[in-house]
Amino acid sequence: MENLKVRIWRGAEEGGFQEFEVPRQESQTVLDVVTYVQRKCDPTLAYRFACRVGVCGSCAMTVNGQSRWTCRTHVSKVAADNRLEIAPLRNLPVVKDLVTDMREFFDKWARARGRFTGSKTRKDEFERVSPESKERKRVDAGIECIGCGVCYSACDVVTWNKDYLGPAALNRAWTLVNDVRDTARAERLAAVAGDAGCHACHTHLNCTERCPKGLSPTAGIAGLKRAVLAATLSGEI
Amino acid sequence: MKNDFRSRNHPAYWAFIVHRLSGVLLALFLPLHFWALGQALQGAAALDGFLRWTEQPLVKFAETGLVLLLAAHMAGGLRLLALEFLEWREWQKTLLAIAAGVSLVAGLAFLLNLV
Repeated sequence: MENLKVRIWRGAEEGGFQEFEVPRQESQTVLDVVTYVQRKCDPTLAYRFACRVGVCGSCAMTVNGQSRWTCRTHVSKVAADNRLEIAPLRNLPVVKDLVTDMREFFDKWARARGRFTGSKTRKDEFERVSPESKERKRVDAGIECIGCGVCYSACDVVTWNKDYLGPAALNRAWTLVNDVRDTARAERLAAVAGDAGCHACHTHLNCTERCPKGLSPTAGIAGLKRAVLAATLSGEI
Repeated sequence: MKNDFRSRNHPAYWAFIVHRLSGVLLALFLPLHFWALGQALQGAAALDGFLRWTEQPLVKFAETGLVLLLAAHMAGGLRLLALEFLEWREWQKTLLAIAAGVSLVAGLAFLLNLV
C-alpha cells in the first residue's frame, strides 16, 4: 500500500503543519498514525490517548477539518487520496501540538451544575426508576457521553461566545434535570438559563453531527429550553 | 484555532445558511414591498402602472425566486419550531428533507402557474 502523507500541527496557538510519511496499514486508525509519528519520526510530538477503544475520551483531534475521536476513526474512512491533516481540537487553548487545555470545557460542566445532588444516604433504600419511564428514557438518550470535547470543538456558538456552556455541559445538565432522584433541579435550570446557556444554541446541529457516541446534545438543549420556559412560567425559577 | 467549511459541511448547517440568507434577503425586499404598496397613496393610476410593470416575464420570473425564499424561510422556521418544541431524535434529517421539499414545491407551483 502507498504511504500516507500526514500533516500534523506543531506548536501552540502559533505554529504550523509539519509533514510526515507514514506506512499505510490495514485497519489503521488515525491514532495509530499519530503514535507511529511519535515513536518512529519525532518523539517530541505531544498528543493524548489512554484506552484506545473509545471509552476514555482523551484522544479527540481535528482530522481533515472535522473533530473526531482518533482511536476509532479508521484511516480508510477519512484519508482522501492518502492524505491526513491532523490538528488539535478547536475552541480550546492549545498547550502543545495536538494537546489542548481542557480546563474551560470541564469548568463549564461545573457551571452548568453537572454534579448530581441527592437527598438520600447509603442507609436508605435504592430509588426505583422504571426503565420505561419518560424521564429515564431521556436520561438514557444522553448519558453515554465520554467527555471527549468533540461537540465543544465543532460548535460555532462556542467560537462566537466564549462563555457559552457548550453542548456537552448542557447535555449533562439535561440528563440530571431528568434524574428523578436529583434535588437541585431549580438551581440547575437557573444555571443553564442565562445568555451563555441553552437559549444561545442556534440549532446548527454541529454537535449532533459529530458526536462519536451518536448522542444529540441539540435534543437535550431543546429539552432544557422547554424546561426553563415551563419553570419560569410556573414560578419555579 | 477555528473551524472551517469542512467542519460545517453537513445538511443541518446548510439548512441554517438557507434560513439565515433567505431571512436577510426577505428583509432587504421588504422596503421595496412597502414602497410598492405606497404607490396606492398616489392614486389608483400609479399603483396600476406599477402592477403592469410587474407583469413583465423577467419580473415574474424574479417573483418565483421571492416565493422560493418565502417558502424556504417558512419551512425552515417550522422545522426549527418542531426541533425546539417536539421530542425528537432520529427524524431531524427527515424533517429537513420535508422542509426543502415543501419549499421547492411552492416555488415550482408558482412557476407553473406563470407558464
